[in-house]
Amino acid sequence: MSNPNTDVIQGTLDMLILKTLSLEPLHGFGIARRVEQISRGVFKVNPGSLLTALQRLERAGWLDSEWRQTTNARRAKFYRLTRAGKKQLDLETADWSRRASAIARLLRQEG
Amino acid sequence: MSVWRQLTYGFRSLLHRSKADNDAADEVRQYFEETVAAWQERGLTEEDAKRAARLELGNMTVVREQVRSFGWENAFRTLASDLGYAARQLRSHPGFAIVSVLTLALGIGASTAIFSAVDPILFEPLPYPHASRILTIWNTYQGARSELSFGTYRELAQRSRSFESMTIFEPWQPALTGGEQPEWLEGQGVSASFFHMLGVAPVLGRDFQPSEDVFNGPKVVILSDRLWQRLFHGDPGILGRAIKLDGDTFTVIGVMPHSFEDVLSSSTDIWTPAQYDTRQIAKDFTSGAWGNHLRMAGRLRPGVSRAQAIQELAQIAGTPWPDFPRPRWASLNRGLIVDSLQDDIARTVKPALLAVLGAVLLVLTIACVNVINLLLARSAQRHGEFAVRAALGASKRRIVRQLITESLLLAALGGALGLGVAVAGVRALIALSPPGLPRVNAITVDTMAFAFAFAVTTLIGVVTGLIPALHVSREEVRPRLEQTSRRTAGGHAFTRRALVVTEVALALVLLVGAGLLLHSMRRLLAVDPGFNPAHLLTMQVQTSGRQFDDLASAPGAGDSVRRRFFRKALDAVRRVPGVKQAAFTSALPLSGDPSWVTTYGAQFENDDPTGGYNVTRYAVGPDYCQTMGIPVLSGRCIDEKDTITSPQAALISNSLARTEFPGKNPIGKRLHVGPTNRPWYVIVGVVADVKQDSLAVNQPDAVYLSTEQTWFADDTLSFVIRTRGDLALLAPAIKNAIWSVDNDQPIVRVATMDALLAVTDAQRSFVLILFEAFGLAALALAAVGMYGVLAGSVVERTREIGVRAALGASRGNILAMILRDGMRLTALGVLIGLCGAIVAGHALVSLLYGISSLDWMTYLGVVALLTAVAGGACWLPAWRAARVDPSITLRAE
Repeated sequence: MSNPNTDVIQGTLDMLILKTLSLEPLHGFGIARRVEQISRGVFKVNPGSLLTALQRLERAGWLDSEWRQTTNARRAKFYRLTRAGKKQLDLETADWSRRASAIARLLRQEG
Repeated sequence: MSVWRQLTYGFRSLLHRSKADNDAADEVRQYFEETVAAWQERGLTEEDAKRAARLELGNMTVVREQVRSFGWENAFRTLASDLGYAARQLRSHPGFAIVSVLTLALGIGASTAIFSAVDPILFEPLPYPHASRILTIWNTYQGARSELSFGTYRELAQRSRSFESMTIFEPWQPALTGGEQPEWLEGQGVSASFFHMLGVAPVLGRDFQPSEDVFNGPKVVILSDRLWQRLFHGDPGILGRAIKLDGDTFTVIGVMPHSFEDVLSSSTDIWTPAQYDTRQIAKDFTSGAWGNHLRMAGRLRPGVSRAQAIQELAQIAGTPWPDFPRPRWASLNRGLIVDSLQDDIARTVKPALLAVLGAVLLVLTIACVNVINLLLARSAQRHGEFAVRAALGASKRRIVRQLITESLLLAALGGALGLGVAVAGVRALIALSPPGLPRVNAITVDTMAFAFAFAVTTLIGVVTGLIPALHVSREEVRPRLEQTSRRTAGGHAFTRRALVVTEVALALVLLVGAGLLLHSMRRLLAVDPGFNPAHLLTMQVQTSGRQFDDLASAPGAGDSVRRRFFRKALDAVRRVPGVKQAAFTSALPLSGDPSWVTTYGAQFENDDPTGGYNVTRYAVGPDYCQTMGIPVLSGRCIDEKDTITSPQAALISNSLARTEFPGKNPIGKRLHVGPTNRPWYVIVGVVADVKQDSLAVNQPDAVYLSTEQTWFADDTLSFVIRTRGDLALLAPAIKNAIWSVDNDQPIVRVATMDALLAVTDAQRSFVLILFEAFGLAALALAAVGMYGVLAGSVVERTREIGVRAALGASRGNILAMILRDGMRLTALGVLIGLCGAIVAGHALVSLLYGISSLDWMTYLGVVALLTAVAGGACWLPAWRAARVDPSITLRAE
């Protein structure tokens, strides 16, 4: 059985997390699930990388966290985007679009 | 903001470790449960859902570790666990730990102590502003430095343009009276510019003024902080107070700061202007201003180089001016010797200090080599452990880091203990230090030495940690684990064997140094001092006070009072029960008096007026030769009949008789000693040569005069007393006898001649003690190293030895094999060490006496000793190897 899932592109995990959390606060599993769903299963998130990345982003001041009940009555750590995180997301989005369009142009020319 | 978060979050997780652990665990567990729930929603049973979740997510423990190990604070956690592990390792191998820590402590402690002692003398700048601009200036006599006269100082100070200020200084030992007992102070007579030249001002009161440094000027003194505290309890009202010194009244005008250190004479407590009489200086060469007994220093003007100053002084010395006439002994025709103050004070002790520093660096090297060796041996035994850890997932980096942590821990323990050793060592060094060692007061375990110790500690830690670590990381881990039979890795064994060879070589160098010094010391103590030192008590009696002053109305009256006092004192001493013989002399052999006090010019009747000899002048009382046991070779000794009215008699030493009157009888010949405007002395006897300065120095030219017939009465005479009973018990009775004549006269330096003999060449014995201690330490360390390597190799070769035994090798064969192995290493070490020892011996030459630095007896003895000790260290492992039971060994494999 071939696996259609791909690991998240190196360096984009932070951006994906920030984007996901810009809609609403979520816990780790929720973020993973949301990334998989929105990418229609193209990106698969590794829990170790995800949870470590969350810690890193929180230390950087882009996320805040608190322990809350989930809808199915489990205690979970919810992450929320801070104002600095919002700014960072804008920065990374702009940066990414610039690169992606550059790569797209290069590929078109090559073809 | 984010840095703040980094810190606070990090500290929070450090402080609440279990909470941080639980949070990480909870978060991971919740993630897992959500995944399971998601699978269940898709219709799997709980069991299947869990299995699917595990498949999907992988090992949750690893995830938890990953999450938990995020953040800077975890570096500490790893360090703490590394340290904990390292401590457990050391505890479980106490033998290894104790030997390594002690070795390191010895190396670090000894080198720190020696460095602390050497640093202020050789390396640290002197405690004066721009100390490098201070130079000392000496007259030249027979190519060596000698003191100069006030006349010379006066000429140089007026003619030279290179110096901001110049100063002279001389010892001054006044008796402080007015208290219960007369007290003898160490002082200096100085130019008014003395403190200004050094660049330090009194903390209380004022400095000397030029108007005070004139003949018969005001009698003023400046006190050291030490004396001020001791005698006057730091009373600030001391300024202007009058104190009685040698019967005169002096006014205290200043107190030097606590931090002030007089490196020119570290025990000085009181200073006064020298006040030379310069009225007759251009006409009368017999005045005190022309005696060569002053030392001189000057501070260069900013921008003037030392070379310029030396050139200028040489030019002045070479071109006398008619305004500044010079007598023969201050002609400066041999030039002046100019040196920086720092080099000058370190000059006499420098060879000894460098030798000791070299020795201690050798010890430190041996200690390091030994610890590296021990660590290598340990790592050889721990291959299995490392293999297991690697198999369990420890990275090479992690193992190397663990090893470095272990050796740093060892080094830190060794360093801490070593600092203790250093503190004790510095105390011992100060106690042992030879008299005349400059700046003894400045020797402490200072920050420099601390830094040095720590640098050494860390360096050793990293070096010793890295070598075994490189060994481990270079090896393939898996083959190690699979290997059942232990064989030795070639490169590894080679390193350890090379290290042992190094140790043997270094130990040999140290031991040869110690052996040469020991041999020199024996030679030196066997030197005949020229008199009989047994049962001889000596003490110095000083005369001070107004009653000894010459009055203008009665010149010479003070001198006769002085002479009468000494005669009466001698009679009193002779009456003390237990005293066999007693006499006095102006110059006591081996008393450590500076030679300028006792050296005078001598001219025989037929000598060329510009020639002559520098001789030690002894003004002695009757019975001096008999009391001292100095053989009279011809003629007679000074006796009671040599009085102020009888013809002037002189004895000359044998050496002087041989050079001046070869093959002739000197009795009846005539000479001048000191001033040449007095009646001739007539030679009445020749006595054996006596060692005056030290046993090692050959300077026997001497003239003995009667105290009654000298041109001035010495104010200080040394009594020599030959006794029947215990010297120490008689000393108080003798002192009381002298005080019964006049109880205002200080009696100092009470010592047996044997004690003076022991102190002579104290510098040599100081170096010898240290070399012996270091040599023995090196020998012990080398033996430990040798034993360690051979014992290790026997363990590693157990199987081979078993096979040999099974194939018929006798115990003798095996014993010989291991011994041969050890002896081969020893021989190689000895060969290399011999080359080093020849170089080191050459560096010691100035400290040797009576033997060459290539003395073959010493070399032979040291090689024999080292071989014997190495043989002993080899014997135990060899004996153990010989008892290997082949059946057990082979079955065990």
